[in-house]
Amino acid sequence: MASVSYQNVYKRWGDVVAVNDLTLEVADKEFMVFVGPSGCGKSTSLRLLAGLEEISDGQILIGDRVVNDVPPKDRDIAMVFQSYALYPHMSVFDNMAFGLKLRKMPKDEINRRVKEAADILGISQFLDRKPKALSGGQRQRVAVGRAIVRDPAVFLFDEPLSNLDAKLRVQTRAEITKLWQRLGTTFIYVTHDQVEAMTMATRIAVMKDGILQQVDTPQHLYDHPNNVFVAGFIGSPSMNFFDATLVEADGKVWVDGGTFRLEMPAVHNEIAQKHKGKEIIFGVRPEDIQTRIYAPPGIQPAYMDATIDVTELMGNEIFAYLLTGKKTFVARLDPRTQAHVGENLDLVVAMDKIHMFDPKTEARLV
Amino acid sequence: MTAQTATKKKRRISWGAIFVNIALVLIVLAWSIPTFGLLVSSFRSRFDIQTSGWWTIFPHQEWVTVAEIQPGPELDRDGVMTFEGVSGTFLELRDGIQSGNTQVVWIGNKRIGKVVVQQKEWTRGNHDFTLENYQTVLGGKTFQIQQPDGSTLTVQGDNFVNAFLNSLIVSIPATLIPILIAAFAAYGFAWMKFPGRRVLFIIVVALLVVPLQIALVPILKLYVGLDLNGTFLGIWLAHTGFGLPLATYLLFNYISTLPREILESAFIDGASHFTIFIRLVLPLSVPALASFAIFQFLWVWNDYLIALIFIGSKPDVQVLTQRIAEMVGSRGNDWQVLTAGAFISMLVPLIVFFSLQRFFVRGLMAGSVKG
Repeated sequence: MASVSYQNVYKRWGDVVAVNDLTLEVADKEFMVFVGPSGCGKSTSLRLLAGLEEISDGQILIGDRVVNDVPPKDRDIAMVFQSYALYPHMSVFDNMAFGLKLRKMPKDEINRRVKEAADILGISQFLDRKPKALSGGQRQRVAVGRAIVRDPAVFLFDEPLSNLDAKLRVQTRAEITKLWQRLGTTFIYVTHDQVEAMTMATRIAVMKDGILQQVDTPQHLYDHPNNVFVAGFIGSPSMNFFDATLVEADGKVWVDGGTFRLEMPAVHNEIAQKHKGKEIIFGVRPEDIQTRIYAPPGIQPAYMDATIDVTELMGNEIFAYLLTGKKTFVARLDPRTQAHVGENLDLVVAMDKIHMFDPKTEARLV
Repeated sequence: MTAQTATKKKRRISWGAIFVNIALVLIVLAWSIPTFGLLVSSFRSRFDIQTSGWWTIFPHQEWVTVAEIQPGPELDRDGVMTFEGVSGTFLELRDGIQSGNTQVVWIGNKRIGKVVVQQKEWTRGNHDFTLENYQTVLGGKTFQIQQPDGSTLTVQGDNFVNAFLNSLIVSIPATLIPILIAAFAAYGFAWMKFPGRRVLFIIVVALLVVPLQIALVPILKLYVGLDLNGTFLGIWLAHTGFGLPLATYLLFNYISTLPREILESAFIDGASHFTIFIRLVLPLSVPALASFAIFQFLWVWNDYLIALIFIGSKPDVQVLTQRIAEMVGSRGNDWQVLTAGAFISMLVPLIVFFSLQRFFVRGLMAGSVKG
């Protein structure tokens, strides 16, 4: 039983509120990812849980136990740091065994655990080396190994992949996911990279300016972002936003963006009726805009046209930067599309996938 | 255009390098020549030191007598005299008259002295070295020294062995104690949260500017009361107190730059502050510790003022610097012994410096460059 619970947690440094009224339940055996731009309070939230920072207000529970005043070593957690934080003067074996020795564990048990962790991570041949003789990826494994041998109730990861190169990052990402499946322990993982969040998490907590924006499964977060920030943060390239008005004409409701007018589909009828005549922020993801020829079947289409400004060929798709009026937006087009800069394109927008937000609160319209 | 500026720049850099190198060479010469002279002199006999400089051990040109003339009594010694084609008055002749490669000198008094003709010749240098000086300085007993004229001279030894040991007994604890205290303090200031931390640290740093001479008299009074005068404990404490501000400041600068995450990681691993200090901070701070150890050791070893005040004249606890100072007073003319004593006192600092110099250079930059 190693669930984690934040209850109205605050962290203040003078006037700066780093974590603002965080309430969050992390279930046992869950892989929770805290994601957000730098300075959003995600790392601080993790450090509060680890006991490296004191909580200003509220309480944190690990399992059933309030840990506000429990020192880090007694919280039954292990943490992997961005810089790996290996002890430079100790061998890999000693690095991994350090915590166990401090706990006065018998020698053969320490040996067994370190060997086992080293086998899992494929670093058995490096046990006698000092950290400086290892590559970045190997050091990272040692840092993870140091956490594994402790057999903690909760694993904490603070941007552990940030110092790795792109290829290694993708590989290690998958390895950490496998590790989580194998260990069956609660993982809490902090990153600023939404791709890491999407690929690894069972649930994602998006934070901004110390405030929790939304907690959800990756797919639901992607499909139903709570507000403009989450919608823009999750997904790459990010969602396109237009200032628009819901207008009623010919007995139908339309999204009027000034240079285009899109018919609201039946699925959004309720919102359309509630907000017609009002201004909205209209959001559409790049992949929900296609040319007519390659428009996928089964969508609720609406039509607009735009001028091609820049194209980026990715091989499997084309990122087209398009202009309507003075507004630039991005579409992920089929690679077979004949897209030449300066040309006009006939576009289809999948209206059943659109997002609408209140321009004042930036919250999702429902 | 660009090529021209490039050459200009290159030239300026090389001029700078030349200037730096010349300055360095001059500094090295200014320090090492006298040191070498000291070393050479300490191996020369009393007679050699009194009659010639240490540089005569090198091959050099010297006036060698090739002929002697005994002027007859009939010679008018008050007028101008001529010998070997050189003429001059008695005073001129006594100073020596040179012509080309030869020199004519009047030696002895005016009435019965003689005239010698000398020629400049190369000699291979005077290599009569002796260990007697060191024997004299180190030993505590009396020594019989054979003089060049055959007589023997009884000399009291200076018992430097005892002073040497005293210097070690003073210097080693007076180095280790402040380092240990300062390392603890620096760790506390850098990584532990407690009220008044900033104020206390500022006070410690501010103590750096207080000259130690101000504290001498009050501490001496205190020592008299505590009966610590002339004891090793007293001088250890004095050196510790005077060394602590710099030690704390230096070590703080280093320890506070250790990566925070390493310490946090250790906390989560279950280490206490004490464990972190012993198992992580001390091993990781070796460069800074060693650099300060060298500073402090050399300072204490070479110290005369504090030893003079707190040890005073007790011969059984006196350190080397005091013994040398005494020797200057009592046997100021015996350069051969003074130089031997000086060299014995330099021996340990030289060994310390050369064996630890990589820490010395690195430690001076402690904290300024990361990595």
